[in-house]
Amino acid sequence: MAGGRANGAIRFGAGLGPAVRNIDPGAADLLAELAGPDVLADTFPAVRTAAAMDMVARYAPAKRADRGTEAGTAQKDLKDEINAALVESWRAMAARWMDAEIGFRERLTLFWTDHFTVRARNARHRALAPAHIEDAVRPHVTGRFADMLKAAVTHPMMMIYLSQVGSIGPNSATAKKRRAGGGLNENLAREVLELHTLGVGGGYGQDDVRQFAELLTGLALSKDAQPGFREANAEPGSEEVLGASYGGDPARLEDIYAALDDLAVHPDTAGHIARKLAVHFVSDTPDAGLVGAMADAFAATGGDLTAVYAAMLAHPAAWAEPGAKVRWPVDYVLAGARALGLDGRTLVTMPRRRFRALLTDQLDVMGQPWLQAPGPDGWPEEAEAWVTPQGMAARIDWAMRAPAGLVAAAGGAMPDPRGFVEVALGGQADAALVRAAERAETREDGIGLILASPGFNRR
Amino acid sequence: MLTRRVFLKGASVLGCSAAAHPLISTVTLASVPGDSRLVVIVLRGAMDGLDVLQPYGDPMLAAYRPNLKTGPGAGAAADLDGFYALHGGLSGLMPLWAAGELGFAHAVSTPYRDKRSHFDGQDILEAGTGPDVPDPSAREGWLNRLVQVLPGATAETAFSVGVEDMLILQGRAPVSSWAPEARLSLTPQARLLLEQVYHDDALFREAAALAMELGAEPVLAAGMTDEPGDAAMLPGAVSGNAQAGIALAEFAADKLRGGTRIASFSLTGWDTHRGQAPMMAKALERLQAVILALKTGLGPVWAQTTVLAVTEFGRTARENGSRGTDHGTGGAMLMAGGAVRGGRVYGRWPGLAEADLYDGRDLMPTGDVRAYAGWAMRGMFGFERSVIEGGVFPGLDLGEDPGILL
Repeated sequence: MAGGRANGAIRFGAGLGPAVRNIDPGAADLLAELAGPDVLADTFPAVRTAAAMDMVARYAPAKRADRGTEAGTAQKDLKDEINAALVESWRAMAARWMDAEIGFRERLTLFWTDHFTVRARNARHRALAPAHIEDAVRPHVTGRFADMLKAAVTHPMMMIYLSQVGSIGPNSATAKKRRAGGGLNENLAREVLELHTLGVGGGYGQDDVRQFAELLTGLALSKDAQPGFREANAEPGSEEVLGASYGGDPARLEDIYAALDDLAVHPDTAGHIARKLAVHFVSDTPDAGLVGAMADAFAATGGDLTAVYAAMLAHPAAWAEPGAKVRWPVDYVLAGARALGLDGRTLVTMPRRRFRALLTDQLDVMGQPWLQAPGPDGWPEEAEAWVTPQGMAARIDWAMRAPAGLVAAAGGAMPDPRGFVEVALGGQADAALVRAAERAETREDGIGLILASPGFNRR
Repeated sequence: MLTRRVFLKGASVLGCSAAAHPLISTVTLASVPGDSRLVVIVLRGAMDGLDVLQPYGDPMLAAYRPNLKTGPGAGAAADLDGFYALHGGLSGLMPLWAAGELGFAHAVSTPYRDKRSHFDGQDILEAGTGPDVPDPSAREGWLNRLVQVLPGATAETAFSVGVEDMLILQGRAPVSSWAPEARLSLTPQARLLLEQVYHDDALFREAAALAMELGAEPVLAAGMTDEPGDAAMLPGAVSGNAQAGIALAEFAADKLRGGTRIASFSLTGWDTHRGQAPMMAKALERLQAVILALKTGLGPVWAQTTVLAVTEFGRTARENGSRGTDHGTGGAMLMAGGAVRGGRVYGRWPGLAEADLYDGRDLMPTGDVRAYAGWAMRGMFGFERSVIEGGVFPGLDLGEDPGILL
């Protein structure tokens, strides 16, 4: 790993490319990008929650409509519609990655998407996963952590994923009416404490999990990203979480928000979020001073995320050790496409099947299938988790085969490897790579070598 | 705070000296440590042992679980011994049970307690340590520590299978890893140039060397092995759900028929908080398919094989409000293979009365999964007791030999 200063576009942005004007952005440039409106979200729209919930609502009727018919097309048509929404949302995200000036917002969106990992287990819910990003995560990446927390945790996809749907207060009106009684489900409460806020080292115990789960009863699905509230399901009385008392009778959604607001600014949360951001952007073993400065900014501003990013970017350790991190597969293939000069318009207009073959399918073998993290803790960060023989086989294979198809889709020709080294790595290429690229038998191999190199896989 | 995996990463997948690339050296059967094969399957998400291996003879079970069908007759569970019944999702393994090639231990756990985090629970399961290990960075996966003490072990002795990185095999000893779906075909010139590009970056150099070596091997696909059957052995059609697991099992079996002695991979889908019955059916379908594919793929070697399927913890004794179960403590482990003394359920049953539960909610653990794994390794590889208690599972008291191997 080289000494010197990390390139801002590579470490914090979407990567370099022939259309990128600012090839060495600093802290001020990165923050300026966040200060502007999120134009790309409008240019390349992804599925929204109301539309995804409408698809969920139509699922059972479609199944019923097919009953007795031979072809059974209603459900198949709806499944196609849901899958189309899923792929189109992924294309929109990829397109934003191509057209971003620097792409700090894109990278932050990916980070927070992982922090609030969801996964659709049933076909009917598949469009809700990208809608969760669009409505609950992305609008808040430059705002306050408390707002993102409330939106992400009470979004229908999260409530479905972490089994909040159907968690009923044991002494609630609903439980009393049912013969079998109702029951709590601790899943969401536990993961909010362990993963989303305090961290597993945080100062909470099983009683806090239980009480918080009781407080969360009443949360219900609605037709859009705003949660509904069903008082009949709520556990009566107040609950004590981390020593503070919430709620009473009648139970209200505001009491849940109050607890989430408090959790969002808890000192353990500040430390947990600061460290996680530093691990994601800077180093698997980040400098303690860097983490401390970020946690201080979090605490001082009550969780103003832009202030936390500013504290990170202002710290010298954030720019040290270029290449300390290995790009996630999603970052890797999108940065590769960007380096090859792909633009957003091309990605959203190319045949869907082609898009999947060039940018999606290999993510599975690289170990990061899109929106399918194995658990609510999301994807691992450490370099060693990604630089495995099987992961490298997939990365090398993609680097050697995908670029020709990508540049053809954009109507261009394969670039000269000698110039591509500069474009993709911004002058950070080592001499061995430049020599190897020059000696490749074909342009495809030359481009493949550069994209497969440690220099391009690291950031 | 440490993030998941960091502590096991003192060394890379092939963290040792790459001077003589271990995998690429030819391995002959004579040079490998014995003929026993060990397969460890990590069941991620906390398998509900009380549903898989149902103690229907305990009257509390049905009382705690009004909506989850338990016992023979309900949900097609098969009676095993008048007390335990096997979930219907594993009915295809009953011939193995009858042949003494399938057994279980119940009311087992790792030393992990109370916080019931999947991720910490899995880390401790795979590290094979207690939570009291002072320096977490010194922890390694217990299968890696096994490789460290196996005489004659090479990097090919142990294989991590699948796209996921298996903590249980991470550590100082070189091991191999590969995913059956990975492919890589390069021209000789491209390969040569890539080797130069990776030369100065040890992490990339070692992973890529294996990628280029293994990626060039002929594709092993279902139905391409010599053994008859494969998928055809399974009851009913093979679903896509089972197919991914079968691919892992077939790849592992292929390696284990050669120089490999230890293989590990994971299966997910056990976190049954809500609507447990259909989720469990799916997860068990895959587990069953995997075990049958291992038996078929291993052929004669199955006789020397021990398969252990372990999970991070069990689930609550009572079902929750959404026909599922929440994170618990004690659970069950599965053992299979020709080397196993099956046809029985090991362990001391603690009872399900309120006072017998852990924390008033979970099955009380009366055994340690590491003790069963430890006795299996002692039997398979002929270790002294001290090697297990001091090396593979430091600080563990193995206790009495449960006699799980023939």
